[in-house]
Amino acid sequence: MSTATAEPQAAAGVPQAPRPAFDYRRIVANGLWTENMVFTQMLALCPLLAVTSSATNGLGMGIATTLVLVMSNIVVALLRNWISPSVRIPVFVVILAGLVTLLDMSLNAWLHDLYKVLGLFIALIAVNCGVYGRAEAFASKHPLLPSIVDGIAVGLGFTLALVVLGTVREILGTGTLFSGASMLLGEPFRFMEMTLFDDYQGFLLMILPPGGFLALGFLIAAKRVWETRRGQRRTAALPDGAGA
Amino acid sequence: MSDGASTKHLDSLWFQGVSLGAVALVATTALAFAYRTAGPAIALAEARDVAASLAQVLPENFHDNDLLADTTRVDGVDGRPLTVHRARRQGEVKAVIFQMVGKGYAGPIRLVMGVDLEGRLTGVRITGHTETPGLGDKIEVARHPWVHSFAGKSLEDPVPARWAVKKDGGEFDQFAGATITPRAVVQAVKAGLDVYAAQRAAMLADAPAANGSPSE
Repeated sequence: MSTATAEPQAAAGVPQAPRPAFDYRRIVANGLWTENMVFTQMLALCPLLAVTSSATNGLGMGIATTLVLVMSNIVVALLRNWISPSVRIPVFVVILAGLVTLLDMSLNAWLHDLYKVLGLFIALIAVNCGVYGRAEAFASKHPLLPSIVDGIAVGLGFTLALVVLGTVREILGTGTLFSGASMLLGEPFRFMEMTLFDDYQGFLLMILPPGGFLALGFLIAAKRVWETRRGQRRTAALPDGAGA
Repeated sequence: MSDGASTKHLDSLWFQGVSLGAVALVATTALAFAYRTAGPAIALAEARDVAASLAQVLPENFHDNDLLADTTRVDGVDGRPLTVHRARRQGEVKAVIFQMVGKGYAGPIRLVMGVDLEGRLTGVRITGHTETPGLGDKIEVARHPWVHSFAGKSLEDPVPARWAVKKDGGEFDQFAGATITPRAVVQAVKAGLDVYAAQRAAMLADAPAANGSPSE
């Protein structure tokens, strides 16, 4: 609906975009895997390493980030023709910080039990460079619908990375999987909480931030090897190969 | 930015300043509005949290008064004021509940503890901490039953010298890989019992009753 106002030439009555059709499949594939926020772009490492000491924490952070990312993409896509390139960064900062604070207060007030688990993660999203990255690289150049799809796909890709990294660190670090899932998702999800090794002594390094770097490095290397093996060298991005 | 002709205004300094100001204004207004709407609900939810954590350190059906309303202030550790909640049953004080703060491995550990009239702990709960996940966080009752080991303990049982973790020759378990965290909790609880011993009379003093004003 509001896309029409943003594009003066587009005939208002037609719901299907008369403009070049967007390759939604590609947007989804990019967000989830090819240009994964963590494994390929290596953005948002600060919140990533801080919260992935368990798979459940990763899932919580992923859900919260996806929500904020979709909202921020919507707002930026709607405003994109009124945001001057010279002041776009402060505008994005104000938009994102405002959205995060709104979400923080709303959850605290009306979903207080969920907030007690997720509250820690919400504020961290305001400094998530990955979200700014999507506003800058995608939402400010695309209409509403593709931006929403992009927000969902990139958010789910980020969630995937968080859960995978959290799983690796939790299994190696404490020998459990999804511990505390019933606190995040509710009592019916208690079945997710598993103890993989009884009598496991624990491996503290994996729980602490250095373990996050180590696990992330190996995961990125694994993704590279896998892609190379499949002959998928289409992502020529990242010439400096930071961190891997 | 793709529609060529109509984008000239974007380069004007005036437009840039006003647009940035407008975004900030809208964001501020939205936040102010949300705060007015959500503020009371947040305060209510947080008060409920405090009340729930206070009630947790008491046995079930132990009290019948509003713990948040029945408070008094005494001199706590180093003379700092300490808010004490009184648990009453049919008007009689049965136990006092207060907060203590321990120096944990990664920051302060906040806990609430209840003490009955004989100086025995009715219970201890951790309300906030930043200890290492997977190690120090076993002090949370949701993760480990360790805090239950305080119930029934007093300054006579065990004797003050045994108020320490086993590694230090005391009575209380530590966790594999985490000694500093449980040690901090044991010390904070011990300090709380010392405060109780020193301030018992002031804590129990039946000055202004729960609902009455001092003048009545």
